[in-house]
Amino acid sequence: MSGHRRLLDLREGDSLFLLGNEAVARGLLEAGVGFAATYPGTPSSEVGEVLNDIAQEAGMYFEFSVNEKVALEGAAAASMSGVRSFAFMKHVGMNVASDAFMSLGYTGVRGGLVVMSADDPSMYSSQNEQDNRHYAEMAWVPLVEPSNPQEAKDFLVYAFELSERRGVPVLFRTTTRVSHMRGVVRAGPRKQPSAKGSFKRDPWHLSLLPAVARRLKEELLNKYEVLRKDADSSPLNVIIGGGSEVGAITSSAAYNSLMDALPDLEVKVDVLKLGMSNPFPEELVGSFLRSHKTVLIVEELDPFLELRTRALAQMLGIGTRVIGKMDGYFPPAYEYTPSAVRSSIARALGVPTVDAKPMDLGVELPPRPPVMCPGCPHRATYYAVALALRQLKLKATIFPNDIGCYGMGFYKPFEMGDMTLCMGSSIGTANGFSQVTDQPVIAFIGDSTFFHAGLPALVNAVHNNRHFLLVIMDNSTTAMTGFEPPPNVPYEAGGRPATPISIENVVSAIGVKYVKVVDPYDLRGTLAAVKEALGYSGVSVVIARRECALLRDAEIRRSGEKIPVYEVDQEKCAGCLNCVQDFSCPSFYANDKGLAEIDAELCDGCGVCVQRLVCPPAAIHESKEGRD
Amino acid sequence: MTLGSSGIKERLNIVITGVGGQGNVTAGIIMGEAARLAGLNAVMSEIHGLAQRGGVVSVDFRIGDVYGPIIPDGQVDLVLGFELLESYRALSRARPGTTMITSTERIVPSSVNVGDAKYPDLAALRERALSRGIRIYEVDAPSIALAIGSKLSSNMIMVGAAYGAGFLPVRIDHIKDAIRLHFRESLWDVNFRAVEAGAQEIRRLASTM
Repeated sequence: MSGHRRLLDLREGDSLFLLGNEAVARGLLEAGVGFAATYPGTPSSEVGEVLNDIAQEAGMYFEFSVNEKVALEGAAAASMSGVRSFAFMKHVGMNVASDAFMSLGYTGVRGGLVVMSADDPSMYSSQNEQDNRHYAEMAWVPLVEPSNPQEAKDFLVYAFELSERRGVPVLFRTTTRVSHMRGVVRAGPRKQPSAKGSFKRDPWHLSLLPAVARRLKEELLNKYEVLRKDADSSPLNVIIGGGSEVGAITSSAAYNSLMDALPDLEVKVDVLKLGMSNPFPEELVGSFLRSHKTVLIVEELDPFLELRTRALAQMLGIGTRVIGKMDGYFPPAYEYTPSAVRSSIARALGVPTVDAKPMDLGVELPPRPPVMCPGCPHRATYYAVALALRQLKLKATIFPNDIGCYGMGFYKPFEMGDMTLCMGSSIGTANGFSQVTDQPVIAFIGDSTFFHAGLPALVNAVHNNRHFLLVIMDNSTTAMTGFEPPPNVPYEAGGRPATPISIENVVSAIGVKYVKVVDPYDLRGTLAAVKEALGYSGVSVVIARRECALLRDAEIRRSGEKIPVYEVDQEKCAGCLNCVQDFSCPSFYANDKGLAEIDAELCDGCGVCVQRLVCPPAAIHESKEGRD
Repeated sequence: MTLGSSGIKERLNIVITGVGGQGNVTAGIIMGEAARLAGLNAVMSEIHGLAQRGGVVSVDFRIGDVYGPIIPDGQVDLVLGFELLESYRALSRARPGTTMITSTERIVPSSVNVGDAKYPDLAALRERALSRGIRIYEVDAPSIALAIGSKLSSNMIMVGAAYGAGFLPVRIDHIKDAIRLHFRESLWDVNFRAVEAGAQEIRRLASTM
């Protein structure tokens, strides 16, 4: 990929085949946004990937903040200084940012402030599928929901204008199937951003002491009345079709699935598509209800539109039959595919439809669970911990784990993920486990996650004299989401220099007495440190530091070198398959003779397997040829 | 509107499946950009899962009169598979008459390595698929890529194969222009050759069937 420059070069009227998140980034250029901040999280991360490449040239300030709350607070301050600002995150990131978000309606904004939440129906890469539309309602702010990449761009520009016009933040909510959908996007004109503003003091609007907040709530409610009218007349809310007795109210990705399902149904349906769904456009929905005998509510996750539609119908005394999740016709969970919408509508209306059964080959196919990459330092760390447990004969160890690539330690053969709730929870739950049980506790957390939400939990642990081992798996990047720089590296977005924060200094300063930095590729050294740490009374920290293998690959490729590759000497291999089963590097497999072999296309050349702790007969050596 | 020689009207639904790191998302991007350049509507959706490498990566790709990227059950026209096992897995969404163009590349999943599952008998799988009305083309993409001189160009060989089989209603120049938009210049030529080789191979396979 030749970077994302083409988003800068795109002229008004030209089009490209863009990812929803790329379209969002283009929308920021068209809205003249001067400040953007995020903590990376799928499915929102590609926005940051683009900004990392082009923000500087676009005249926009952009950073990967330490967490979502700090990202939003930074954006809020920029907005108060007159700069159009954007904070973006995955849905659960909103939980972290929500403390700031819930008060921003009260303070209001100066420069347009839009907060993007990328929700994840079906939980393709998340711990839950919470419906973040509720946040808009809770915070009394407008909600904008695009359904495809073109809308992602266009609606974002609209959201900034609305935010600035009414002086409120706007919640911009996508889902996986919007953020990760590609489609043809036609560009609009770019607006020159101003990344610098100036702040005029206004503490009676911005410092939310009780006396201030109490007064501002009334102002917020007044603004909300104006926003209600905005929603009713918003060009984002449109009716498609007309003249049918059956209508459907929908938004976001569910709109696409509805439209793709309708050709397979023998019924004509008028569609009210809500692009601005909070405040709820009551006049618009009221008249839609009045002009239809039956109205289907087609929305993913919670019955957000449905509840309000039903309440409105009751309030206005409208007898239209409303069909949705609450009466059991539409699924209450997971994303809505065209097939799911098709069968729900067919059942609700009693109309025929095509019924496609999945093709069954009658052969069970082996699952392909996500794995740590060949060369991943986390695998070596887990392997060393597994050896330590075996050698110390530790039983009933509890493994709190966290969010990141290392979370795949959950799977076989390591199975070291006993509890994972949210960012930083490994250390938080280690606090509780070590207090109420007498079992050994080993918590795992990555470098980026440690800074994001692990720090306060470690402070709590040291302060309360807990006893557990914390393994900080420092691969010097936020790998799972696309290699964003965490605070411990000397660069920030766009490669600009940054001040690295030393993990060991921070941990020591908190008061941890046992702190050891190891290279996980050195199995013997890592094993020794883990064993020693487990013998220590109190909170002990082992920092397993080795750069992410994929980052190293990229460096090797840039330098024009080849990636070294290892092979198994078939004469020496004893067939113990320790490398295949216990070390479980994906480049290994057992051949027809029951001996280990390495797939040269997958081998990453880390060489960890050469050590006798993995290969007792020392049958593995570097091959003559490397790979591209 | 008739799309290409596949004779499919109005809509074309393709599942591009493979294992993380094989480049099937990039393949979809090139196909979509080529469709845009040919004046067609195209949408796709990519699901990555958790792993950077080694997990299932499945792309739903659609051309024509459609809104969303998710292909309705039973409406898959083509499974374009970059890995044998994943190609067969994607057939759960196929219908009788679906074409499967698969690379012969095999990547053993971890579930087999840790002893939780067995690698299936591919010959038996093939027979079952054929008996359910699937048309199968097996493209030896790794060998062709090696012959071209870049192991990393397998994905463009598969794009070429889809094109050569009539599932990409664009001109080859559209694909080349898409490659120019998305790759740096030093990679243009090898990827052009990969597309051409893939198209040639699928025509050869079709003529022997």
